[in-house]
Amino acid sequence: MNASTELKGGDLVARHRLSTRLWHWLNAFTIFTMIGSGLMIFNAHPHLYWGNYGTNYWAPGTIFYDRPWLEITNSGPHGTLRIGTVMINTTGVLGVSRFEAFPGWMTLPGSYSLAIARRWHLFFAWVLVLPWAIYMLWSLLNRHLSGDLAPTKAELAPRHILHDIVEHARLRFPTGAAALHHNILQKISYLAVLLLFIPTMILSGLSLSPGMTAAWPWLLWLFQGRASARSVHFICMSLIVAFIVVHLVMVVLAGPFNEIRSMITGKFRLPRERDPKTPLTQEPVQ
Amino acid sequence: MTQSPTLSRRTVITGATTGAGLLLSGCDRLAQSPSVMGLLNSGEKLTYRVQRSISDRAALAPEFGAGQMSAHFRTNGNTMPSSSDYAQHLSENFVNWKLVIDGLVAAPLQLSLADLQAAPKRTQITSHNCVEGWTAIGKWTGVPLGTLLKSAQLRPQARYLVFHCADNFGATPYYESIDLIDGFHPQTILAWGLNDAMLPVGNGAPLRLRVERQLGYKQAKYVMRIEAVDSLAHIGQGKGGYWEDHIDYEWYAGI
Repeated sequence: MNASTELKGGDLVARHRLSTRLWHWLNAFTIFTMIGSGLMIFNAHPHLYWGNYGTNYWAPGTIFYDRPWLEITNSGPHGTLRIGTVMINTTGVLGVSRFEAFPGWMTLPGSYSLAIARRWHLFFAWVLVLPWAIYMLWSLLNRHLSGDLAPTKAELAPRHILHDIVEHARLRFPTGAAALHHNILQKISYLAVLLLFIPTMILSGLSLSPGMTAAWPWLLWLFQGRASARSVHFICMSLIVAFIVVHLVMVVLAGPFNEIRSMITGKFRLPRERDPKTPLTQEPVQ
Repeated sequence: MTQSPTLSRRTVITGATTGAGLLLSGCDRLAQSPSVMGLLNSGEKLTYRVQRSISDRAALAPEFGAGQMSAHFRTNGNTMPSSSDYAQHLSENFVNWKLVIDGLVAAPLQLSLADLQAAPKRTQITSHNCVEGWTAIGKWTGVPLGTLLKSAQLRPQARYLVFHCADNFGATPYYESIDLIDGFHPQTILAWGLNDAMLPVGNGAPLRLRVERQLGYKQAKYVMRIEAVDSLAHIGQGKGGYWEDHIDYEWYAGI
């Protein structure tokens, strides 16, 4: 910490640990296989419910209907996404045809096969879970979690968080020595992915398995039913997608060469301090 | 270090998009290559072994209260076997229908529906977990399979139970199989009743298997014959079930 106070913009410094870089690139690949195969599995039954059950089945003339809270439907050329009472016309994008709630370019494999999608999903689930568990253990031991990612009390002050949000919204990112450490928004999002989204994905995924809910009945209690667990699994996937989108946008805005290099070699060039008189658009990013 | 950020942004975005496109189209070709499928199948074997090792094989599937049942238990797959034999049995209300238990057993059985209904029964409200993602909760009444297996006296070589069904997909009659641990599990029943009524035709009348810790396609409907075997190699194409053989669903169907 003391050494970093002497650092200034322009210095090339060590930023990411080897364990972080390995985990990052492994998952940069794995997450897309999980999302692609997951969307294909969703295509087999593109309806989500809350509770213990849900079948989207009703016989004509009966009143029995397990109404989904989200569904992607298809009728001829028309695709529709319904969330609650909101209907969104998604013709050509979602609900392209009966087994293409999500279109082929988003899914793995690209044409309908629930069995093959399950093979991908359950193989890469291991690639996601085992390295995650090792990385979390390693990050505890090398103090990555407690030293680099845990927010300080000062950082958690609402005024500080608000300040960081405003600075990010104005695309004014930390410079000089301050850029060596994660800011509070980074800390919150990385911790959310590592300690909230991924564990929720694992547990809600296991709750879909009749073998696992027999072995660990608390899974169904935790998510209040298999249909709910499937909804939670989908929502959590959507949050991870949102994280990836924001993450990639931030990498591009913060200077993709420097950012990507730091995740490959570990070396990061600290952004130069801003001259308050220089207009933002002329500011060199690296 | 004074490169234009605009250029590098565009480069990265174009690069990422092209990369993603190549990755996706590549994935499809990869997905069909035997070596990739072999690798993915190894993950499947790992899942199977780990699940079997961390779960107590006597663990019971969750049971639900009467207030938690689906208002209507949906039908799926085949809902009316097409054979004339089945039509005959249905028209006679299954009075001349018999369940056959044979193969590696010392005392083959032929049981009428009345025999099955007179046997000690078990009722359970359980969740039907379809591989596609839907779930229905129903109340099943039937004979524990284990009691029938004891009467039939399985031979020591018997390792699997094969269920031969009256419904067809194309020209192929449906078939499924389970191992003896699931065969003797207390919740594994041959159900003749659903939701306090006789099992409807759409749900597998007169008799369907409930093997509660596995996915929906294992719950064979229209069960006509149970065959005890020492290996699944000669059943269908050798993977133990219709969907396992035809589209590669997993045999153990635990996840």
